[in-house]
Amino acid sequence: MKLPDENKLEKLKKRRQRIAFIILGTIGYSIVAILISILTFIIVKGISVISWDFLTSMPEEGMTKGGIFPAILGSFYLVTGSIIVAFPIGIMAAIYMNEYVKHGTAKKIIKQMTNNLAGVPSIVFGLFGMALFVNKLGFGDSIIAGSFTLGLLILPIIIRTTEEALKSVDDTFRQASIGLGASKWQTTKNVVLPIAFPKIITGMILSIGRVSGETAPILFTVAAYFLPRLPHSIFDQAMALPYHLYVLATSGTNISESRPMAYGTALVLVVIVLFTNLLANALRKYFSNKVKM
Amino acid sequence: MIKLETINANVYYGASHALKNISMQLESNTVTALIGPSGCGKSTYLRLFNRMNDLIENIRIEGEILIDGKNIYQKGTNVDSLRKSTGMIFQKPNPFPKSIFENVAYGLRVNGINDAAFIQERVETSIQQVALWDEVKDKLKKSAFELSGGQQQRLCIARALAIQPSIILMDEPTSALDPISTSKIEELMYELKAKYTIVIVTHNMQQAARVSDKTAFFYLGELIEYSQTKELFTNPKIEKTQNYITGRFG
Repeated sequence: MKLPDENKLEKLKKRRQRIAFIILGTIGYSIVAILISILTFIIVKGISVISWDFLTSMPEEGMTKGGIFPAILGSFYLVTGSIIVAFPIGIMAAIYMNEYVKHGTAKKIIKQMTNNLAGVPSIVFGLFGMALFVNKLGFGDSIIAGSFTLGLLILPIIIRTTEEALKSVDDTFRQASIGLGASKWQTTKNVVLPIAFPKIITGMILSIGRVSGETAPILFTVAAYFLPRLPHSIFDQAMALPYHLYVLATSGTNISESRPMAYGTALVLVVIVLFTNLLANALRKYFSNKVKM
Repeated sequence: MIKLETINANVYYGASHALKNISMQLESNTVTALIGPSGCGKSTYLRLFNRMNDLIENIRIEGEILIDGKNIYQKGTNVDSLRKSTGMIFQKPNPFPKSIFENVAYGLRVNGINDAAFIQERVETSIQQVALWDEVKDKLKKSAFELSGGQQQRLCIARALAIQPSIILMDEPTSALDPISTSKIEELMYELKAKYTIVIVTHNMQQAARVSDKTAFFYLGELIEYSQTKELFTNPKIEKTQNYITGRFG
């Protein structure tokens, strides 16, 4: 048998390499293109209504004029509230799974349930939140009910990212600490958590983005169609950006007139999410420089 | 004097038999080197003495493991205080995400010692013992991660010394370090053996020959040969040892 010409083989290999490279590159860049076109679309449509007034004043004249301040504030409350609810629980659950029951059935059960929780549609969370927090516990339509509902929604994200963060801590850190006579809890608190901290922040980044954009879970638990005043306490209703956007786009008093307001709201929502992501990223970099290995 | 001893020690990881019937006596105030190819069981053997193996799932340990003549796997042994009597040094320097001072103070603090003057004194002495004092005395509050790899490793040794152990277990302590840092650690071992019993696992045979008084050669979970270091390297009794130290396999 004659061996094929080596030059030819070489050429064929190069051509295939180039084709693969072009296809993969195109796909990669088209994702960037999609994101940019969404952003451009929202910016172009929404920028005209953005003004200091728009950000700081109340909606007026059936939401066709005025601003979206109560919705911005409401979203801020909900993000903060849900993180206060979910962060401690999520981190503790992850610590239990990763540090205390490394194998075993308990871990399997918790892990499976966490995954299932992540798969529950967000409207179901809304319904559950309404049944439990709004009605059963008597919070009514309120920031606290909304925060708990959103907290449940982001719990799996926080558990999973925290668990990954803990897993990435080299075992010799644990062994060194235990070797000095420290207990498991002392080891976790003083050594493992500080090292894992920058990565745990990632969980927070992801959940902030998720919480500020979710509509279904707040629909029945906190969101007000229109509130002519700011919330007085955590037991008060609040407006929120995604729901306000929904209202403006579908059920305002004059949809065509409030359309620009809707795009403006969308722009604000996107910018807030983008900004928190950048901020949290900066935080993560800052902390990981502090515990560099 | 015999400090450490194992009698018919067997270790199983699930179905695999990692250490087979190891009976060996280690003398106090000496450096004993454990050598052998990867997976030969030398690290597992080292970790018998501070019960670090206990952290591994599905492990089974048989036989007697004695420190100062006492079986440390007996029921009722206080594992925390056992671990305090042994300091462990790892392959990669692993200072905690704390200041230089707090790294060394850590072992004291987690054991409930709060006396600031005592802690200060122990930290200072321990850092001096590893010949790091002059390099760090002006930046004790700085993060330990700011030190070089070699300095970090010496800090880890100081951290282990702070709780006043009598045994130091070293698991390839210099394999991540440059030659200069390595020789500093080796000098240190020479000085430390006056007060401590040192067991070192090493892949580097020159190192074993340089630092140790006695050497044990492990192969596939068995102790093949154990004798004075000079003897083992110049006149090994067993062919396998001969082959390993001359680099014919490993």
